[in-house]
Amino acid sequence: MSRIRDISVAAAGVASIIALSSASALAQSGEVNVYTYRETKLIQPLFDAFTKDTGIKVNVISASSGLEQRIKSEGANSPADVLLTVDIGRLDDAVKAEVSQPIKSDKLDEIVPAHFRDPNGHWYGVSMRARVVYASKDRVKQNTISYEELADPKWKGKICIRSGQHIYNNALFAAFVAKYGEAKAEEWLKGVKANLAQKPSGGDRETARDVAAGKCDIGIGNTYYWALMNNVEADKKPWAEATKVMLPTFAGGGTHVNLSGVVLAKHAPNKANAMKLIEWLAEGKAQQIYADMNYEYPVRAGVAVNPTIAGYGTLNPDPMPIAKIAEHRKAASTLVDKVGFDN
Amino acid sequence: MSYQTRPIASRAAEQFASLLAVLTGIAVIVPVISIALTAMQPAADLWPHLLAYVLPRAALDTMLLLLGVGAIAAALGVGAAWIISSFDFPGRSYLIWLLPLPLAIPTYIGAYVYVDIFEPLGVAHNVLSAWLPPQQALTLLPSMRSLPGAIVIIGLVLYPYVYLSARAMFQTQSAEFAEAARLLGARRWQEFCRVSLPMARPALAVGLALVLLETLNDIGASEYLGVRTMTVSIFTTWLNQGSLAGAAQISCLMLFVVAALVLLERYGRRQRAFTAAAESPRIAERKRLSGAAGWLACASCVIPPLFGFILPFAYLLRESIERSLIGGIDAGLAEAMGNSVVLALTATVIVLLLGLTANVANRWRDSTATLASIGASQAGYAVPGLILALGLLAPLVAFDNAINAAARGLGAAAPGLLLAGSSAAVVIAYAIRFMAVATGLTQAGFERIPRDYDDSAKVAGASEWTCVRAIYLPLLRPALWGAAILVFVDCLKELPATLLLRPLNVETLSTSIYQFASRGSFEQGSLAALMIVAASIVPVIWLTRFADVPNGPA
Repeated sequence: MSRIRDISVAAAGVASIIALSSASALAQSGEVNVYTYRETKLIQPLFDAFTKDTGIKVNVISASSGLEQRIKSEGANSPADVLLTVDIGRLDDAVKAEVSQPIKSDKLDEIVPAHFRDPNGHWYGVSMRARVVYASKDRVKQNTISYEELADPKWKGKICIRSGQHIYNNALFAAFVAKYGEAKAEEWLKGVKANLAQKPSGGDRETARDVAAGKCDIGIGNTYYWALMNNVEADKKPWAEATKVMLPTFAGGGTHVNLSGVVLAKHAPNKANAMKLIEWLAEGKAQQIYADMNYEYPVRAGVAVNPTIAGYGTLNPDPMPIAKIAEHRKAASTLVDKVGFDN
Repeated sequence: MSYQTRPIASRAAEQFASLLAVLTGIAVIVPVISIALTAMQPAADLWPHLLAYVLPRAALDTMLLLLGVGAIAAALGVGAAWIISSFDFPGRSYLIWLLPLPLAIPTYIGAYVYVDIFEPLGVAHNVLSAWLPPQQALTLLPSMRSLPGAIVIIGLVLYPYVYLSARAMFQTQSAEFAEAARLLGARRWQEFCRVSLPMARPALAVGLALVLLETLNDIGASEYLGVRTMTVSIFTTWLNQGSLAGAAQISCLMLFVVAALVLLERYGRRQRAFTAAAESPRIAERKRLSGAAGWLACASCVIPPLFGFILPFAYLLRESIERSLIGGIDAGLAEAMGNSVVLALTATVIVLLLGLTANVANRWRDSTATLASIGASQAGYAVPGLILALGLLAPLVAFDNAINAAARGLGAAAPGLLLAGSSAAVVIAYAIRFMAVATGLTQAGFERIPRDYDDSAKVAGASEWTCVRAIYLPLLRPALWGAAILVFVDCLKELPATLLLRPLNVETLSTSIYQFASRGSFEQGSLAALMIVAASIVPVIWLTRFADVPNGPA
């Protein structure tokens, strides 16, 4: 009897799987398939607005890593039209995995500044975040700081940061390598490491928390985390209130920014709809959603940043092309291991 | 019960079972081969760096983590299982179903919860600050984001693997042995050390191996807690060094080490029999403990689930209520729950049937092929979930492409990505990943069924099927139900492979948690985490209702 029951359970299972799969999309008119490293909860409002504007339905898969490998494996049958990422590293991975094709759009070229897109058009940045300093309001008197200064012994035992191998830090360190070369970057990283109050761990929120609690005086975090803690997450508001955000700059340069960007998949089955979505993301309405709901900096000129973010001061993004940062990611990762940054 | 008197063509049954066993082994090994092929690509420039700066440290931290977690899980799991099986004491009936529940807490959720409670400005800090100045209280807080923190947190949520496998053994522990030992004057404790524990060794080895592999392949908790394990270095190599080949090479290296350790353990207990010789396995009589002893037993069994389950559960509940998420079970979350349960249930049925068949085949014909297949079917658990998923992509798509080519050849419309583009990919990944749980626990169960039973059945003219139905299934029931719970809950919790392989627009409970957790605000996902707990509690409670019945639910 139990065998029969097992079989019927299995049959029910298979049937429901087929039912589940019916949503899986082949090329269909009026749809676009998005693979994304952005959490669906964050981008759903954008997609809903897009569907309302264009009538095109957006199908989504979100993941934390490996999407370019999935697209690559799927090959010519891949349903992927668009890949959305939150970091230059992933944009670079997609191009290296050869799953992208050039986005040819005069409209985008006009809106997105040249140093925020791939010279060959394989990716475009659609929004920015800066990697900045959360400093204790009580214990830190200065209101400006440079990235170089993080290695200054005056901060000894006073800095908190998440893993040096985390993709956000990897991009910041790669920017340093791109500017100063590996030898100087190694020296700088050693200096920063010597200033750490504790072994790198946790995330950017924990960093703010540690600063607020007095474990360290300054921490490194992304711009939107502080705004989320301050405006959205009531229980974390004290962490934001005890800290102030300083926009650090490179000597003779600007603040390190990272991009969330967009890639057009090589075998996109709904290419026309994909292009519509990509161009729509750079339009004023989408850019305003990025600014207000995600607390990011729009790439489009003339779109107002959220008041909380504006409160950090005027962002002066470092002028070095983002593509150059991608080239030095591996070197930055190697240096982090070499100086034992995470140990 | 009527035995057939005419022996059926036994070779056919044997061959069919062996074939299934071999196919199962092959299915599990395919993604591993695919990973090995990736590892063949050169990454030569990487190794000097890895050897100089990364792997020595990672290997040491990994070893310490495994030793620590193994010790905690073994102590809690074996201790609780033995106490529950040997004694009657106040609260025992509740503890029976409470003890396995930490299974329902994903490791990374455990890590988030404990960090939040014990970090500065958290609950513990606030409580201490009531008596001490905050800065002084700060120094008293344990550092959860550390190797010791990781050991404690992971050990607390993973001990049920040991508990369940040990319990299945202690519970059907042939009462004769225990009673013989006691007649000879052994005390309970001596009986435990010299009879019960050695006899449960195959099961304990399986449970402990599951704990260690789960720990080894964890990425979420280790990374968050700042422990640089081998698995963390695999991901760094892949994502930051841009070398998937290098990552695959480290994975293969780890797989070799794991395989060597498993073989070593099996070699260590070669030629030892662990079969129970009892006519029928009956439940060993439990000694009633009253007074202080009873409460001590109760306390020792309360502590593991208190910290492994009740505390995280209460935390998730509080977060859900405070954020008024409870009323927010929207259609999306309900659908995610449905998806989770269907996917996990399907995978569980497949895994149990194949795991049982492979072991039956091995029982009937102890050939190299079946034994190797059972060994191979453990491989899916020995590589990190995301790496396994990456390895699975190529074979799935190759299968789909073959179908498409065939369809075109026949002039039909190409169906597209039949497996890789559907939920089948997720079920296949679960089945491959958790096959080790079912084969391992079933194998341990089989080792305790005397061969005499098979022989007697054969002499009496019973068919193969009768043998399975009337002998194996009843005697294996505790092991099978234990495996069913473990696989089902493991599937519910599984995150990395689910994330990468699920089709468009399909979310499960674990991916719903991720939607919040990846941005560092996991509390928003606490409702989805609670729903994983709810979905896990139902089978756990249902199964443990029969915990004291020798053969489990009829």
